[in-house]
Amino acid sequence: MSDSRPIHCVVLVKQVPDTHNITGEVMTKDGTMNRGALPAIFNPEDLNALEMALQIKDRHGGTVTVITMGPPKAANILRESLFRGADKVVLLTDRKFAGADTLATSYALQCAVQKLGRFDLVLCGRQAIDGDTAQVGPQTAEKLGIPQITYAESIIEIADGKVTAQRAFDSGTEIVRCQMPCLLTVVGTANTPRPASVRRRMEHKLAAAPGEYTALRAQWPEFETDAALDEYLTRHDLKIPVWTAEDVGATEGSIGLAGSPTQVHKINFVVLESTESKTISPTPEAIAAMVAELVHEYIVG
Amino acid sequence: MSENFFLDNPDLQFRLAQLDLREALELKEKGYSETELYAAAPRNYADAKENYRIVLEVLGEVCAERVAPRAAEADEEGAHFEDGEVTYAAPTLEAIEALRQAELFGAMLPRQFGGLNLPESIYQMMVEVVARAESGLMTVYGLQEIASCLEEYGDEETKARILPKFSRGEVSGAMVLTEADAGSDLGAVATKATLDEATGQWHLNGVKRFITNGLADVSLVLARSEEGSSDARGLSMFVVEKDETVKIRRIENKLGIHSSPTCEIQYNNTPAILLGKRRFGLMRYSMNLMNGARLAVGAQAMGIAEAAYREADRYSKERIQFGKPIRSLPAVSRLLLAMKVDLEASRALLAETASWVDLWKVHEKAIGEGTAPNLDALRARHKQCQTLAETLTPMVKYCATEMGNRVCYQAMQVHGGVGYMREFNIERLFRDVRITNIYEGTSQLQVVAAIGKLLNHSLDPLLAEWQAAEYPADMAAEKAILVELTELFGKAVDALKAQPERDRVDYYACDLVDMAVWLSCAWLLLRDTNVLEAKKPVARVYVASIAARVRAAGQVVLASDPVPLEAIPALLG
Repeated sequence: MSDSRPIHCVVLVKQVPDTHNITGEVMTKDGTMNRGALPAIFNPEDLNALEMALQIKDRHGGTVTVITMGPPKAANILRESLFRGADKVVLLTDRKFAGADTLATSYALQCAVQKLGRFDLVLCGRQAIDGDTAQVGPQTAEKLGIPQITYAESIIEIADGKVTAQRAFDSGTEIVRCQMPCLLTVVGTANTPRPASVRRRMEHKLAAAPGEYTALRAQWPEFETDAALDEYLTRHDLKIPVWTAEDVGATEGSIGLAGSPTQVHKINFVVLESTESKTISPTPEAIAAMVAELVHEYIVG
Repeated sequence: MSENFFLDNPDLQFRLAQLDLREALELKEKGYSETELYAAAPRNYADAKENYRIVLEVLGEVCAERVAPRAAEADEEGAHFEDGEVTYAAPTLEAIEALRQAELFGAMLPRQFGGLNLPESIYQMMVEVVARAESGLMTVYGLQEIASCLEEYGDEETKARILPKFSRGEVSGAMVLTEADAGSDLGAVATKATLDEATGQWHLNGVKRFITNGLADVSLVLARSEEGSSDARGLSMFVVEKDETVKIRRIENKLGIHSSPTCEIQYNNTPAILLGKRRFGLMRYSMNLMNGARLAVGAQAMGIAEAAYREADRYSKERIQFGKPIRSLPAVSRLLLAMKVDLEASRALLAETASWVDLWKVHEKAIGEGTAPNLDALRARHKQCQTLAETLTPMVKYCATEMGNRVCYQAMQVHGGVGYMREFNIERLFRDVRITNIYEGTSQLQVVAAIGKLLNHSLDPLLAEWQAAEYPADMAAEKAILVELTELFGKAVDALKAQPERDRVDYYACDLVDMAVWLSCAWLLLRDTNVLEAKKPVARVYVASIAARVRAAGQVVLASDPVPLEAIPALLG
């Protein structure tokens, strides 16, 4: 029997450059990436985490709150979250957060989650496609002092204050049960994220953080002043709350560059040249030799 | 970036931008007074247009990302029939689920029933996008006229019970008109409706055939309610909610739209609710359903043609013959040019038609509610809009579905031999498009529907308005040609109207309807050149391509030569 109690979920999401669609123009000569040339997207596995939270809400009731830490334009993925069904979103933004490594990021997120108050589950994508560390979820759980289920692929049951989930690995799956509150990191195979709902998109099209008012008023001149727009958004619950380091009570020395022990020591630019390519003749022997070489080099296996 | 069938289609975006819905929306949105009741209701005209853009953008993404990739699979698997049960193919079920998650059902229903309150003109654009992704899915998604008809004429209790389910995408609809011996001639419908005088309950008995999406949960069924009658005046329309008395006897094995189950249905003392008034089944309610469905089938053909054009366009770039891509050969680029211009011409006529349907519908509703202060003015405008909508609807159904067939034929020509093979999408599109100029009335029936209106000079107000409008100076030559052709059309109308022999009128009707279609499309494309430079070459090519054909058709109609008719007994026996 599933628990009839509503479940309150917090989803941690990140806006990332679309590294899956890197084209020639995006790469600079020295092998680094021109971030400005890449569209900013919702980190794919964070969308899976949001979908899992929305399915929990569909089944058990409760709320879904989405938090992102990032620059002001990260509000875009918060709006996307609202379009898909999130009840509440929070933009954690402050110049003081800039330059954060995974430790400083998870500290800031911990502060934000704690400020929200009561929650049953924290969900986030397994890893982001820009840094690919997969550290922020686990570190946030540690800082919150709650248990974690990494690589979560599906929720099997939520009952009696416990969540039962299936974890997915390369080698198989594992079913674990864990006391709530806890944190889950969700893998991309967990689900197919639902599309935005047209109704919710219509309802939330004006959702904005105060930093976006100028742009919004350019599109909707009916709002003559920021104050008029602010009043309208507040009345219709469309104002995206912005939390600063001070708002969440974060200690200055633990956030941003100052709170980040990780230092980039050296970057190796690997520029693939066409001279490194190999032509394999279409014969069974040549293909067998290529496979043997790939296995030997641990490229496949 | 994800694919999107709206954002990748500049012409569809242009049509949305050009749609002037001010007059219709003022009535439809009741002076934009619903914002406090419904969070999704628009605050003003610009906000409404933004809502429509949102709808098409969301739909465009769902269709490109979730529906189109599985279209071939949906065709291959097809709908299933086993032990009297019909089920959709797996990709169809997934597509419906995605559309439901995006809350794209209930498009035209009012908000009080959970609908999106969209105008017909936006809905037709949606149908085009869906059909481009998967032609057969359109018959599941694109039959929303059924809910609209129920909304327009149903009783309050039935509406409150059924319509919200349509809006949530929990039920789909079917229009159940055709029988084995009542196809184009619906007046011959024999399915019997009997009223139990004691309980006031109606029951249906009979067999219906060729019912698109016949597995639907809610059907509108045309049946004979007046015992002893034998014509259209004895028919009424009934609402049937599927239960165990409704038996599906078989589904058809068809050339195309395999994902859409075409059913033979038997009613065995099936409880039914009378829709609206007795005896109005065919004349009012079926016509209402079919007018909407004809527009939707036109939009379906548009979508299939758009998909076919894109297949041909891509293939012509990739396919190298004689050392170069085949599109650099004039014989091939000629085909592509004809397709592209044909598509944009039909899309312009479809949007124009739908906007008159919108005006007609909003006036009808406002007059029915009777609360507006200027009822007499509304009535006059209503009549005007209805006439234009009823004239243009069969014209555009004919125009767009014939265009769709032509474009798919040409797209297959561009592919050459591979296009005939299952592995290529054009093979499927070619099969799918073939139904569009058959169902909801064949092209020949559309000509019959249009000719009566055209002979009454119903199109004249629009032609006059288009002639009187200003056009760019560098389009003066095209305008002069269209003025000349419009004059010829007027003469052809008068000649056919004066023709005393009915058979000759019927025989040459299609030439006159062709003239009307070509002229209307040409004027609309010319009008587009006022706002978009890129439409100038489109209008020029179109006018050049139709001018000689309009002149030829004009000569044929003016002569109304009796020779072919006289030859029929000798040649056909």
